[in-house]
Amino acid sequence: MEIKAIGCEPLQLKRMHIEDGHTLRVYRETGGYAALKKALTMSQDDIINEVKASALRGRGGAGFPTGMKWSFVPRQSPKAKYVVCNADESEPGTFKDRYLLERDPHALIEGMLIAAYALGSNVSYIYYRGEYKYLIDIMDKALDEARAANLLGKNILGTDFSCELYTHTGAGAYICGEETALLDSLEGLRGHPRMKPPFPAVEGLYACPTVVNNVETLTAVPQIIEMGGIKWRDLGTEKSGGTKLWSVSGHVKKPGVYELPMGYKDMEKFILEDCGGMLRADKKLKAVIPGGSSVYIMNADQIIGKNVTLDYEGLVAGGSLVGSGGFIVMDETVDIMESTKNLTEFYKHESCGWCTPCREGTDWLVKIFDRIAAGNGKPEDAQLLLDICDNIEGKSFCALGDAAAWPIQSAIKRFPEDFKKWLTKNTNGN
Amino acid sequence: MAATAPTDFTNSVVVTDEVAEFSSAVVEEMKSHLVKYPPERKRSALIPLLFVVQRERGYVDNAGANFLAKFLGLEVTDVWETATFYSMFNFRKIGKHHIQICKTLSCKIVGEPEITNHICKRLGIHPGETTVDGKFTVTMVECLGSCGTAPMMQIGFDYHENLTTEKVDRILDSLK
Repeated sequence: MEIKAIGCEPLQLKRMHIEDGHTLRVYRETGGYAALKKALTMSQDDIINEVKASALRGRGGAGFPTGMKWSFVPRQSPKAKYVVCNADESEPGTFKDRYLLERDPHALIEGMLIAAYALGSNVSYIYYRGEYKYLIDIMDKALDEARAANLLGKNILGTDFSCELYTHTGAGAYICGEETALLDSLEGLRGHPRMKPPFPAVEGLYACPTVVNNVETLTAVPQIIEMGGIKWRDLGTEKSGGTKLWSVSGHVKKPGVYELPMGYKDMEKFILEDCGGMLRADKKLKAVIPGGSSVYIMNADQIIGKNVTLDYEGLVAGGSLVGSGGFIVMDETVDIMESTKNLTEFYKHESCGWCTPCREGTDWLVKIFDRIAAGNGKPEDAQLLLDICDNIEGKSFCALGDAAAWPIQSAIKRFPEDFKKWLTKNTNGN
Repeated sequence: MAATAPTDFTNSVVVTDEVAEFSSAVVEEMKSHLVKYPPERKRSALIPLLFVVQRERGYVDNAGANFLAKFLGLEVTDVWETATFYSMFNFRKIGKHHIQICKTLSCKIVGEPEITNHICKRLGIHPGETTVDGKFTVTMVECLGSCGTAPMMQIGFDYHENLTTEKVDRILDSLK
């Protein structure tokens, strides 16, 4: 499987192929912890301003501006502050954080320490999805190395700043990737999202000011401090700063993790050249989900010859979203009714059950897809699916409801023939 | 053959006052999780400790849940309330080797169905079932973050990727 940078020097992927890159020794040999040293001489405001200037946006999927999120923390509050890394990576098609956690754990430690220093946090957590247990073991060893080297714990590098970092395990629930459900899970509760406001920056873990950031967001922080926010931003574009990791899977010859500068031109070249082109020469490109299963599915005719730029604005203009960068490529052998059914089952399994529209709606959607796949589809089913989606979208506590609706809405709109085929043929002979 | 999922809770737990006992090493292990959280927030250790109970007892059982309630100062209903939410906890005995096959889209479109059929045919069970000799349980699970090396499965906590039917046979042959 490929792990490489295209169109830029590897930053996030700098240590992916270096032997023992996960160790403190190699991390330091390759320039690691210089950013932390520098950050400890800066003011909290200056650090937050560098992150703002970088135009870094949350890499988990929501894309919220990171510097702005950090600035919402009331640092004067007497309550404890927390930085929580969201390592719950569960968005279908997404596997980039896994390799960062496996091969460069110190990059995350350094990023979290800088964030903790900037926000006044003395205890912080890395929440892992439960299935990533082997990655927790790797991180625990890295944390021990950092403690032994005075990079973690009391009086870090001889300064007044003390901070502890702990790993924490989830137990198999996609919804715990939603930041407030994650916090409930960290508190030992069922993983239900919370009503917002209040937002975690004001009332998060243990009702204290908390910043939750994705792995890839936090590993960008040392890069930003080292080269400066503007310079990091300018690796990408003005509104989409820096570089992004894309997890490519499906019908390409070279699936893997690719680091691209934001604004990479363009999506067609990325698929047909950089990722090795289509898996089977005689099976043409049919569909792409560019940002994890929750984003709108794209038809090949929205990609080929359309110059879709790979950044936040470019994908919105192109008809989808960056999301998590979980880039799923499908050729003409895929039936889009079946692929959409597959994802609808995912959302039904993963619905936390709190909100009636999502809990009942996703279940009903699966039942309808089951009936269609059994050959009993009716022409009015397309509208029925859309009506149910409409009753879920925007009508729940969290984005899982929207995420369940968007694949269906975009699939019916952009692949009408795939659905027509199931809704007008009737194997019952009626 | 009953195809009750390992995580099905109803009908499988008999509630008594029995409290499980653990070795001092295991109790020390549990305490090592507790220190990570504020002392008034012991419930944060519940999910990590449920994994310890599951490892020691084979699954999350009545006696293990009672132990955790005492250890963490919770009601036993708090323990079950949390445990039943998460897919990785089992409430009855399953096979020695838990084969979890990813069924989500990226795996599905590059050959998962062939792998699933091969495993089920070789073991003589359907997804959700356990072999009669108690050696294997097969479960279909959602995306495991291995889409670039699909199709794949997780056995226990171990990832097995880039599967072919030949590779699957070698892996299953090697499991005692």
